[in-house]
Amino acid sequence: MATEEKPPQDATRRLQPKKQTLDDAYAVPANFLEIDVLNPITHGVARKRYTDYEVRMRTNLPVFKMKELSVRRRYSDFEWLRNELERDSKIVVPALPGKAWIRQLPFRGDEGIFDEEFIEERKKGLEMFINKVAGHPLAQNERCLHMFLQDPVIDRNYVPGKIRNS
Amino acid sequence: MSFFGFGQTADIDIILSGSDTRKLAEIKTEDGKKEKHYLYYDGESVSGKVNITLKKPGMKLEHQGIKIEFIGQIELYYDRGNHHEFTSLVKELVRPGELAQNTSYNFDFVNVEKPYESYTGSNVRLRYFLRVTIVRRLSDIVKESDIIVHTLASYPEMNSSIKMEVGIEDCLHIEFEYNKSKYHLKDVIVGKIYFLLVRIKIKHMEIAIIKRETTGSGPNTFNENETIAKYEIMDGAPVRGESIPIRLFLAGYDLTPTMKDINKKFSVRYYLNLVLVDEEERRYFKQQEIVLWRKGEKTRKPIQQPQSVPPENK
Repeated sequence: MATEEKPPQDATRRLQPKKQTLDDAYAVPANFLEIDVLNPITHGVARKRYTDYEVRMRTNLPVFKMKELSVRRRYSDFEWLRNELERDSKIVVPALPGKAWIRQLPFRGDEGIFDEEFIEERKKGLEMFINKVAGHPLAQNERCLHMFLQDPVIDRNYVPGKIRNS
Repeated sequence: MSFFGFGQTADIDIILSGSDTRKLAEIKTEDGKKEKHYLYYDGESVSGKVNITLKKPGMKLEHQGIKIEFIGQIELYYDRGNHHEFTSLVKELVRPGELAQNTSYNFDFVNVEKPYESYTGSNVRLRYFLRVTIVRRLSDIVKESDIIVHTLASYPEMNSSIKMEVGIEDCLHIEFEYNKSKYHLKDVIVGKIYFLLVRIKIKHMEIAIIKRETTGSGPNTFNENETIAKYEIMDGAPVRGESIPIRLFLAGYDLTPTMKDINKKFSVRYYLNLVLVDEEERRYFKQQEIVLWRKGEKTRKPIQQPQSVPPENK
């Protein structure tokens, strides 16, 4: 099939793109953010038991001061973060895995909230939650998120506020 | 409506002249079906004849006059009682009397102004029609016949491209460009998106054409948005420095020209909506208005009144 080489029509010619440098094309993406929730450990004995999780963040986002950090957090810390974000930020905060009231009742056949399978399910839910939240550009402005991810201990008497200039 | 089947009644037929050479155009009806009617332009005469056929042979039809009207009106769906007539011409076909047999009357509305385009929308309708009325003491016999009007324009003198840098500080910066700001209905949108900063995890990018119909004014303004088209232009995560081309052919979509403040009653405007979706289904978007206009076709026959004639198709 013979084809004629016609110059592209002006009206439908592609707009001239800027050339991408090889550095930009093959650099590490600027959106790297990974948060893992792992190593659940149950502390204490009998009635005073509680479980906490390692929250390990790896990122290259400049908004986070530390690029790699681990802290330990328990379920109530996640609840605290969710409440702070609900109140202060304009985002629709995703749901946490359940509170499991029924599991906390006595006379259960299993370990209740310290049951291995339950902890595993809860761990996955917490990981989904924190990744969704930490990736949100508006949540990244909130001091509570940074304290949750990067301070060794959460100071519940902190002054809520924004990190970035609006 | 005759009592108990007594009294004469008649059928009215409106036949437009030149219908063998005149084009038909399509328009949606209120319930979404498509109808075809003859296509007229501003300044053209509307002429033809009216055939009155008596239904009962042998009986006479008494009447208080027969007239024909050419009407252009705007109907707001939420205000059905009030039709806003912006054009109303009337011609008396015959004075009060009686019809003994089937009769035919000629009519000619010369060089009629048709300032707006026919439009059927979600909350408003603009239509042109001829209405023949046989006036009688108890009940009139009425027949309506619609026509469709298109408003034409020519290539705008100024048609700058749309070029903008937008984003969320420190998270996402893009530069988008569309080759024109005014497009005709069979045009193609050529553009590109250039990524300056990407600190979010983008899953895909799409472009949509949104029609916004505005009815009412002041505190009673009502906007209705309709997504006419949605087109994915990028699948996957871009990085800094990447350019994504856009090529969107308008001919395949159900579009009308942009209509601004028609008779102060309604507007129809179009927007390009550029949407980026990240891995958590969060949507980042930028809406930009484009002006749509109707280009005349090459083979259109000449009309009586002077009007900007579109140049030959390039």
